[in-house]
Amino acid sequence: MPEGFSALDFYYILPEIVVTGGALVVLLLSVVTPRRDDVLLGVSLATVAAALYWVAAFAGLDVTASKGLLAIDGFAAFFKVVALGSAAVTMLMSSPYLRVEGLRAGEYYFLILCATLGMMFMASGMDLITLFIGLETMAVSFYVLAGYLKPNPRSNEAAVKYFLLGAFSLGVLLYGMSILYGVTGTTSLEGTAAALAGQESGPLLVLAVVLVAAGMGFKIAAVPFHMWAPDVYEGAPTPVTAFLSVGSKAASFAMLVRIFLEGLPSLGAEWTALFWGLAVVTMTVGNIAALTQSNLKRMLAYSSIAHAGYLLMGVVAGTQRGVAAMLVYVGVYLFMQLGAFAVVAAMRRSDVVGDELKDLTGLSRRSPMMAFAMLFFMLSLGGIPPTAGFMGKVWLFGAAIDAGFVWLAVIAVANSAVSLYYYLRVVVFMWINDETAPASSPLVLGPAMTAALVVAVVGTVVFGLYPQFLFASAEAAATAIEGLGAGTSALR
Amino acid sequence: MAEAIAFYTLAVLILGLGVAVITTPKTVHSVVFLVLNFLCVAVLYVVLRAEFLAVIQVLVYAGGIVVLYLFVVMLVNLKRAPEAHEDPRRLARLGLALSGAVLLELAGIVVYSYGRVTPASAPAAAGPLTGAGNTEELGWLLYTDYLIPFEVASVLLLVAMVGAIVLARRES
Repeated sequence: MPEGFSALDFYYILPEIVVTGGALVVLLLSVVTPRRDDVLLGVSLATVAAALYWVAAFAGLDVTASKGLLAIDGFAAFFKVVALGSAAVTMLMSSPYLRVEGLRAGEYYFLILCATLGMMFMASGMDLITLFIGLETMAVSFYVLAGYLKPNPRSNEAAVKYFLLGAFSLGVLLYGMSILYGVTGTTSLEGTAAALAGQESGPLLVLAVVLVAAGMGFKIAAVPFHMWAPDVYEGAPTPVTAFLSVGSKAASFAMLVRIFLEGLPSLGAEWTALFWGLAVVTMTVGNIAALTQSNLKRMLAYSSIAHAGYLLMGVVAGTQRGVAAMLVYVGVYLFMQLGAFAVVAAMRRSDVVGDELKDLTGLSRRSPMMAFAMLFFMLSLGGIPPTAGFMGKVWLFGAAIDAGFVWLAVIAVANSAVSLYYYLRVVVFMWINDETAPASSPLVLGPAMTAALVVAVVGTVVFGLYPQFLFASAEAAATAIEGLGAGTSALR
Repeated sequence: MAEAIAFYTLAVLILGLGVAVITTPKTVHSVVFLVLNFLCVAVLYVVLRAEFLAVIQVLVYAGGIVVLYLFVVMLVNLKRAPEAHEDPRRLARLGLALSGAVLLELAGIVVYSYGRVTPASAPAAAGPLTGAGNTEELGWLLYTDYLIPFEVASVLLLVAMVGAIVLARRES
């Protein structure tokens, strides 16, 4: 055992160890039993379940492990649950999709698990090095997953675009981090906060803040760093797009909160203004661009950009309530966004690509259950009661007003109104009866896809009607971020 | 003072070579500029008294990785034939220049660091470690304080390897 380590340090990263082990087993199994996709799916899901068990077991802790590199606290636990949960739903919707596309399952599940591992380290990293390695592990897995449809040129384009722009943005991020290290002499976030406490911000620190924000802005697909998102979301296999837009975005927000709220609280004045501007342009550009999309995946990509803008409001607020509201919205977004992509993935059949808006024509007749599920997801994304999306928006906007950002909340409300147009357009398409539509193969939902859709619908509806559980866990998680202004007590 | 002069000279060189890498029209030239760039970074490490990192920089980046780049460049260029094959001796000269540069670099590092690999040369910020040279200190840090990120980096490399195979494999 290395000096300064104890068995506890390894005990605390059991969820990560389980995921790593599971990923390796899946990789081995794919060689031993190459054509048994159901076995691979089962092992992957079991891995996620075991990891979830250990995350839940550590949920009440608030300690640092591995010499302060990792925080095992409620905030980390929340985002680990989000990462593992989105991975599980992604796997469920992947299994039929892989069969239709004729893709190899072994490496696919391995890469999904490794991306999840990266996200988990992004959630609990308390050191720039740990955070960066986590981010890179996740990013490299996604570069490959985006190009997993090898014969499809759009998938190739998605992988190359994501890789080149991703590598560039990582360079920008690293440059910012290296300036921070140069100024403070430490990579630990607590050390950075201590070194900068009470110091005047200089041009160098402002440059570091801008560079780190730009690097993270790319990962959360905030405008003006969003140009990759529509192309990558459209070209990547649909379940990968779902995972990218939920897991990757959530983990990047976790990293962003850790770096800015825990590492750089003394530069709050600088980055609050920066994120205020980012949030406004992100939600506005995202929503306006989504209005004219005829491809479902592109539309959801722009909608996901807009949601990054909403989520940034929690960071701008910078209060405990702001962070809690952001966590609530991440939890809600998980279900509605995964669900919407699950419907798109289910539309993929041997003879239909199914990602165009017009492919939904008459869906209410062909598969009423799917149409109703999609209806819930669209209402939730638009923020209409009684869905979870409404609760999330109420909390986020309330937190922004509470922290004194009234105009930001006003702009966000106006944006939500605009977004209703394109979400409801999807619903209109599903209820159009077009008898002239060419006959295509029937929609058959296998057990795995049904499970994915049921999980997403239940989450969207239940958290809309009984959000208390989500509120309580988000509030508990937000207390783990130290040094936040409390804000007035949240609405109950 | 001497350190400042060395740093600014190297900084100008590194930036200039970096610009050259992305502005040269010929891919092979840009790879050569990249090698020079890496070598300058290695010298920067020596100035910082991180001799071990400097050697690694030369061996792994200037040596291994750039050789891989050259392989790729030449394999890709095969399709657009003549340009790269006009003058076989040019390639030989390039190879000679490259290996000469690497040799010089290594020799420089060895000469510079001769007799310096003692506790006295340990960087000021290295903390209370008792290890002797900076190779030991680096190893010590990697396998104690930064053990977890180090292990995650190995997963990262595995992902990159699996990914490369997945994308490059010809489907049967």
